[in-house]
Amino acid sequence: METSNTDRKLYGVLAEAGNPKELLNIAMTVKNSGYRIYDTYSPFPIHGMDQAMNLKKSKLGWIVLGHGLTGFFGALSLIYFTMAVDYPLNIGGKTLLNFPAWIPVTFELTILLSAFGAVFGMFFLNGLPRLNHPLFSIDNFSRATDDGFFICIESEDPQFEKEKVKKLFADAGVSNIEEVYDD
Amino acid sequence: MSRTYENISKPYEYVHEPPLVKGDHDFKSITALVTDINLRPTPRGWYMAFGVANLLLFLLLFSIAYLIWQGTGIWGLNTPVNWGWAIINFVWWVGIGHAGTLISAILFLFRQDWRTAINRFAEAMTIFAVMCAGVFPAIHVGRIWVIYWVFPIPNQMGVWPNFNSPLLWDVFAVSTYFTVSLLFWYVGLVPDLATIRDRIKSRIGKVLYGTFSLGWRGSNRHWWTYEKAYMILAGLATPLVLSVHTIVSFDFAVSVIPGWHTTIFPPYFVAGAIFSGFAMVLSLMIICRKVYKLEDIMTVDHMEKMNMILLVTGMMVGFAYAMEFFMAWYSGVEYEKAIFMLRAAGPYAWAYWIMISCNVLSPQVFWVKRFRRNIALTFVISIIVNIGMWFERFVITVSSLSTDFLPSSWGYYSPTMWDIMTYIGTFGLFFTFFLLFLRFLPMVAVAELKNVMPQADPHNYDDSGEYVPPKADVPEPKREPV
Repeated sequence: METSNTDRKLYGVLAEAGNPKELLNIAMTVKNSGYRIYDTYSPFPIHGMDQAMNLKKSKLGWIVLGHGLTGFFGALSLIYFTMAVDYPLNIGGKTLLNFPAWIPVTFELTILLSAFGAVFGMFFLNGLPRLNHPLFSIDNFSRATDDGFFICIESEDPQFEKEKVKKLFADAGVSNIEEVYDD
Repeated sequence: MSRTYENISKPYEYVHEPPLVKGDHDFKSITALVTDINLRPTPRGWYMAFGVANLLLFLLLFSIAYLIWQGTGIWGLNTPVNWGWAIINFVWWVGIGHAGTLISAILFLFRQDWRTAINRFAEAMTIFAVMCAGVFPAIHVGRIWVIYWVFPIPNQMGVWPNFNSPLLWDVFAVSTYFTVSLLFWYVGLVPDLATIRDRIKSRIGKVLYGTFSLGWRGSNRHWWTYEKAYMILAGLATPLVLSVHTIVSFDFAVSVIPGWHTTIFPPYFVAGAIFSGFAMVLSLMIICRKVYKLEDIMTVDHMEKMNMILLVTGMMVGFAYAMEFFMAWYSGVEYEKAIFMLRAAGPYAWAYWIMISCNVLSPQVFWVKRFRRNIALTFVISIIVNIGMWFERFVITVSSLSTDFLPSSWGYYSPTMWDIMTYIGTFGLFFTFFLLFLRFLPMVAVAELKNVMPQADPHNYDDSGEYVPPKADVPEPKREPV
C-alpha cells in the first residue's frame, strides 16, 4: 500500500450512480462515446441494461445443447451396451432393444448433463470463481451487492485516457469517481 | 341497443396486483431485513430448536444402525405386505420436495414475480426433503454396503443394473433431481452470498462466504449470462420435476397389482406432490415469517395465492380418487373393482376416509376469501393436508398389497416401533438442515426480490432521476358506445 500510484497498474476508473435509471443513462453515454471495455455493477440485473451496453447474445445455449446431446447419446449407448451387448438378459424371449423402457434414464441423464452445462458453463463464461479482483480494493464498492450502482471504464479500452474518462463521468453527474489499481 | 349491452356488462375495473413488498422499504432496508438474520448472534430459541432436531436426528441414526445390524425384519413387513412405511415415507418426502421446484422453476417461467419471496425457502425445503426421501430406498435394500450396485459401475460379477426396471429409473430420477435442485439453489444463492460477504465482520465468515460466492461482483456482463443460465435451469427443472414423480408413480403403475396398474398414476402423483409440498411450504413459512419478522416480504397475499394452489391441486387429487373408482368399474376387471371396494369399506377403510377428509374436504374452506387470508386456519389446514397425503400413500401401498388376487393370502399390516422411529427421525434430519439453512444462508432471494421492487425499474424514474412510484390508480378506460 506504500507504493505511490504512479508505480501501480491502473485497472480503470470507477464511478457511482444514484439509482438504476442514472446507471442506465451513464452506460448509454459511455457506449455512445465509443468505449468498449467497461462494465456496470448492480445488486440485481437492471431492465434494459443489456441493450444499453449492447451486449452480444450469450453462447451459453450452445454449451448446454452440447452437454444435453452428450447426456442423451451417452445414456443410450450406456444402456445399449449393458443391456444388449455386454450382458444380454433374455426375459421371456422379448426383444433386447427395449427402447420405451430406456426413455426415463435417458431423459434424466440428458437433463443432468444439461444442468451441469448451464451452471458450470455460466461460471466459465463469467470467469468465476475469481476470489480477488481490483474492484474489491475500493471500500465503497462493497455496496454493489447492497444498494450501490457502479460503472467502471477499464484501462484496457483502446481510447482510455484517465483524465478524459474522469471528465466524462463528472459531466454526466455521477459521483464518487475513483481510480482503481491492479495490485 | 347500447342500454341492453350496458346491463349485461359491468363497468370495467382495473384490479391491481398488490405490491409484492409491503411497508416502506428501499434496497438497503431489504438487504438488512433479510441478511441481518444471518449476521446477528445466534438467538437462544434457535439453539433450543436445533437441540430438539438433533435428538430426533440421533433417533434416526440409531434406528438405521439397528436396521443395518439386524436386517429389515425389524420392520412390520411380512407377506403379503412387503412394501410398507419405507416406500410410503419415500414418496411422501419426495412429493413434498416438488413444491420447491414448482415455485422456483415453473412459476419463474410463468413470470409469477411473487415467487421471489418464497423460492429460496422452498428450494431449501426441496433439497432437505429429497435427502429425507433418499434415506428410505437406501436403507431398505437390506445389504446397504452394496448399495453401489444400483449404479452402472463395472464389478467383479460382470453384471449390470437392469435398465428396464422402474426401481432403477427411480435411482436416476431422484439422484438427478437432487443434483439439479442443489445446483439451481446454489446458482440463486451466489449473489446473496456475495451480499453477506460484503457485510459480515468476522474473519472466518468473510473467508467462507467469500469462497462460496466465488468472487461475485454484480457485473452486468455476469448478470447477462447468469440470467440466461437461470432461465435454462428453470426450463430444465420443469420437465424434470414432472418426470420425477411420474417415475416414482411408475414404481407402482408398471407392476400388475390391482389398484396400481393404472395410467392415471403419473398426473395423479404429480398433483398430489405439489399439493403436499405447498402445504409444507405454508407450514414452514407461517412460522418463519413470524419468528424472523419477515411479514413485509412473505405477505398474506402470498399465502392467499398458495391457498388457491392448495384448493386447485386438492380438487385434482379428489378428481383422481373419483376417476380411479370409475375406471375400476369401467374396466370390468373383478380384481380392480374388488380392491376399490375394499379401500372404501375394507380393513383399511379408516385410512381411506382419513385421506378423503384431509385431502378433498379440508381444502374446500379456501373457496372463501376470508379463510384463504386467515393465517391460523391456513396453518392448521396445511398440517392436515400433509397428514392426508401421508395416508394417501399408505392407502395406495398397503391396501393393494394386503388384499390382492388370492383371498387366502390376505393379511393385515401393522408397523413396528422401528418403522415409527425411523419416520419420526427423518424430521430430525430435515429440521437439522433446515435450521442450519435459516441460520447461515439468506432465506429470501435478496437480489431477486430487489429486482421485483418498483424502484428497480428504470421506467419508474423521471428525467431528473427522481423516483416516481407507479400510480396506485389506473384510470378506468373510456368505454366506446356500441
